[in-house]
Parts: sequence; structure tokens; C-alpha cells
Amino acid sequence: MAVDRGGAHGPLVELTLARLRQFVREPEAIFWTFAFPILMAVAMTVAFPNRAAAPVRVVVADGDGGPDAAAAMRRALTATPAITLRTLAPGAEARALREGEVHLIVVPGTPPTYRYDPSRDESRVARLVVDDVLQRGAGRSDPWQARDETLQVPGSRYVDWLLPGLIGMTIMGTGMWGLGFSITQARMQHLLKRFLASPMQRRDYLAAQLLARMVFLAPEVAIPLGFGVIALGMPVHGSVAAITVVSAAGALAFGAIGLLAASRARTIEGISGVLNVVMLPMWMLSGVFFSSANYPAAAQPAIRLLPLTALVDALRVVVLDGSGLGAVVPELAVLVAWTVFGFAAALRLFRWR
Amino acid sequence: MNNGWAVRCERLVKRYGDLVAVNGLSFAVPRGECFGLLGPNGAGKTTTIEVLEGLLAPDDGLVELLGLTWASHERELRQRLGIQLQETQLSEKLTVRETLRLFRSFYTRGPSVDDLLARVDLTSKDASWVGKLSGGQKQRLSVACALAGDPDLLFLDEPTTGLDPQSRRQLWDLLRAYQAGGGTILLTTHYMDEAQLLCDRVAIVDRGRVIAIDTPAALIAAHGAPRVVAPEGSLEDVFVALTGRHLREE
Repeated sequence: MAVDRGGAHGPLVELTLARLRQFVREPEAIFWTFAFPILMAVAMTVAFPNRAAAPVRVVVADGDGGPDAAAAMRRALTATPAITLRTLAPGAEARALREGEVHLIVVPGTPPTYRYDPSRDESRVARLVVDDVLQRGAGRSDPWQARDETLQVPGSRYVDWLLPGLIGMTIMGTGMWGLGFSITQARMQHLLKRFLASPMQRRDYLAAQLLARMVFLAPEVAIPLGFGVIALGMPVHGSVAAITVVSAAGALAFGAIGLLAASRARTIEGISGVLNVVMLPMWMLSGVFFSSANYPAAAQPAIRLLPLTALVDALRVVVLDGSGLGAVVPELAVLVAWTVFGFAAALRLFRWR
Repeated sequence: MNNGWAVRCERLVKRYGDLVAVNGLSFAVPRGECFGLLGPNGAGKTTTIEVLEGLLAPDDGLVELLGLTWASHERELRQRLGIQLQETQLSEKLTVRETLRLFRSFYTRGPSVDDLLARVDLTSKDASWVGKLSGGQKQRLSVACALAGDPDLLFLDEPTTGLDPQSRRQLWDLLRAYQAGGGTILLTTHYMDEAQLLCDRVAIVDRGRVIAIDTPAALIAAHGAPRVVAPEGSLEDVFVALTGRHLREE
């Protein structure tokens, strides 16, 4: 018997269109989806300039030698471009070190005293730089002067490394928040129950939410990447095809996890809690802002199984190294596994009323 | 033989923990009839209709719709039933036409979207967002969604609650037209005038049981002591006579 849909498309298409229409009619959702990664990238660029070039910030305190010794030391240090001298009100030292306003405090004397927090990289660098200048000023003779060969590897700046991570995080956030909220709201409106009372197939509804989420993926990835290329001079070595496949695999995985997260929640508060619990470990562990190599070796296998780790690692490989998809097969396998698991589990657990 | 019945339910029981919402309820509705479940809030009307709609599993009892059961013919029943739920809020940011297209896409037969719009008198509102509609318009759209598959049997849960008199009459006209086309209606209501005007037969439900079942006129004749203000009697009087309470405490 011929199927008559009365001029409508098939249910999967109509459900997808319905979700898309609702999304584009929420201007706020659109703004945050596209503006968020750009705002993040700008903020990061300002906060983390190329650190190799940044001078260390040093304060010379008054020591045993009195004001004259301090002034002499200031003169010695101020001639070095790698050092910026600051002045502090007496008693403000501890706070200035804690806030990162200064990296090192030098107390003149023979020998001088360095006050700093050795757990901070900048402070350890400041100690080496200052010590070098002072030792030489005091007459140390170096057996030789090493020849420095500085290399500027394109794409090796922090922001180049960060941007693919931010794109991965956006793909995660859009999938999880977008699907989580819209599904929970439909459940609160008893719309899901109304669908259940109709002949609609449950898998069509869930698949439509995933499909609709894929439609806006292209601008979501292209806008921040374009921003990186134009505004930050970031090199993009990867092919469009490879970047597309990796992004799509990530979006499907997080869409499916979003479906699963939203499968039981009855309130917006409930779904917010669930999403935060699911995403927080990945923000911390998956190497968006700092390398996940900082975590113990024992934790690495588990960290690599997280979908955000897989997505961010694969994005960096295809964007920065320009590798093909063959280089990211394990990451793609992790993402596909999460997609299948999330969708199947959501279909089983989904609460329609 | 059972082809004559649109709805048959026997000894239906539904419990929520210690609360027995439906307590051995039985009735049958022949095809083409408009049948009403009348009772106060909390009588078990919504639970009963949701069990019939296949949305709740009964703890005991038998349900047969159009000669079919949920266990054996769920797919076919979903295509042949029209269901309007009491608390559904349709998506506010879809237009009337988009909403109908969506529901129409679930069914493999039925009228065109334009036809549905005309039947519920929303043709001029087809491009409006659902959120901009009046209560009566929203309710007619909700019924149109239920009619999208040209159903043989239409379930309506308190279809006119909260509507103004004119909107209620518009909806009644719509339902009469559906019935005139051969459809069967099962509705719940706590408005006696609605039951009296619309329903061929009424089951009065109280505490999860049917306490009386007949045509409105016969119920009034048997139980409704005519009052001075309403010499012809009303279903309200029937309910008071049977339970000693009013349908709605006002």
C-alpha cells in the first residue's frame, strides 16, 4: 500500500526540520554557539602572549647594604631586556608573588638572597636570568658562550595548540547542552508523551535530534578556525575532508551522549546537573587548556578513552600536523564507539512521559 | 461480532502504590458513538483513558480497541487512533502549519495539511507561531493533530477545560462533524453541559469505578430529581443523587 503523508516529508525529515526551526528561532542559542569559541580564543590570546618573549618581573628589596646597595643592584638589572623591574610597597611581597605580579624578589647582600615560589615556572626562570646577570656582574668568567639557534615552528604557539581544543570543547558543549535542554523541555511540556501516543517511531525522534545537531556543525568549526587563520596567523595544515570527518565524528559522539544524558531528566535543574557532572571531568582531563600528559601515566589509558580527549587529539593532529585520517584511527574508533553506545543506551533508557 | 465495538474494557485496575486509581472499571463503546467519562477531578478518568490509549499498562483487566489489543497490534492501533492529551504544550516556536505537517508525517494515510487546517478553522492562522494562538485556537490545533491520521477512534481528555464559551462551541461543532463522518469519540469531562450536549452515552465515574452508565436523558430520568430552577433535571443532579456530592466543589 502506498504511503500517503498528505504533502509532508517523512517523519525523520519533519522531526529534523522541527528541531532546526526551533533552534534558528532562538537567537540567543545561535549567538552562544558561534560567538563563544571566538570570545574564548580572543581572551586566551590576550592572557597568554608568546611566553618566550615576555620579560620576567623582578623586585629588588632593601637588604643589609641599605638603599645604596639596592640602587646599585637595580642599575645592574635594569640594563637587561629580559628583566622588568618593579617596585613594591613594603609588606606587599607575599601577595605580589601569589598573584603573579612579580616572579622573584632579590635581596641585595653578599651573597644576595632570592625569594620566590619554586613551583612556578616563571619564578624559576626569573631566578636563572637574574642569577646569571648578577654572577657575571660580580666577575664570573664563562668558559664559553653557547651559540643560540632559535626556531619558530609554525603552529607551535600556545594559542595554535589551544584553538583546536576550544573547537573540540564547543562541539561537546553544543551537542550536550543543545540536545539536553531541548529534550528535557519537550519532556516537561509533555510533548514527548504526545509523540509516544502517535505512530512516531522512537528511534526517528532520537535520530532527528542528532541530525539537526549536525547541520550547524560546519559554521561552528569553520568560524573559529577562520578566526585563527586570519586574526592569529594560525597555520591550518589539514585537509578540509579530514577536519570535517573528525568534527562530524565528534559531534555525533557528543550528540549521542547528550541524548543519553537527557534520557531521564525531568527538569532543567536536573539536566544541568547531569551535564556538568559528565562534562567537568573532560574539561579537566582531556587536554583542552593544558596537556593531559600532566596527569599520571596510570591514568592515561582512561583519559584516552574519554570522547573529548579523542576529539581534541584528533583535531590537533589533522589541523596542526596536516596528517590524514589514517593517523587518527584510534581516536575515530573511540568516537564511533561512544556514538553507538550513547544512542543505543538512550533508546533503551529514554523516558517519554 | 466484536467488529461492532470501538472500545471494550473489562475489570480494568490501575494502582499507584497504595492508591487504587482505577478499580475494576468496565464499559464498551459501539462504533460511531460519542461516549463520555464524566466525573470529578481525581475520579480516575485520565488514568482510565491513558490505559485505553496504551500509554499506561493496567495492573489487571482487558482492553480491546477496534477489535485489536495493544499487545498484538500496537503499530496498527497507533495509526488508527487519534489522541489528544490534557497537558501537552505544542512547541511555541513552530507555526500552525509546521506543527500539522510534523504530526501528519507520522501517519501513512489521512487528509492533507490544508484540509486539516480548514476542518479546525485555522487556515488564516497557518503561518502563526503556536505560542501566539489563543487558548481555543491551541486546543483546535491539538485536536487537528489528533485527526491527522483520519482516525477511526478519537480520544479526548478534558478537551474544553479552561476555554471560553465560544471556543467550547467551536470545538463541539468540530467533534460533531468528525462523528458525522463515521468516527467514534471517547472523551472525559467534568462539565455536565458538555456531556449532555455532545455524548450519546455517559459513564459516571467515581473513585475509579463506573457508578452509572446510560444516555444522558435516561440517567436524568432515573436519578435526576427535577429541581425548581431546572425542571428538566441535569447530570449534576444525577451525580448528587448517586454520590451525595457535587461534581465540582465551587
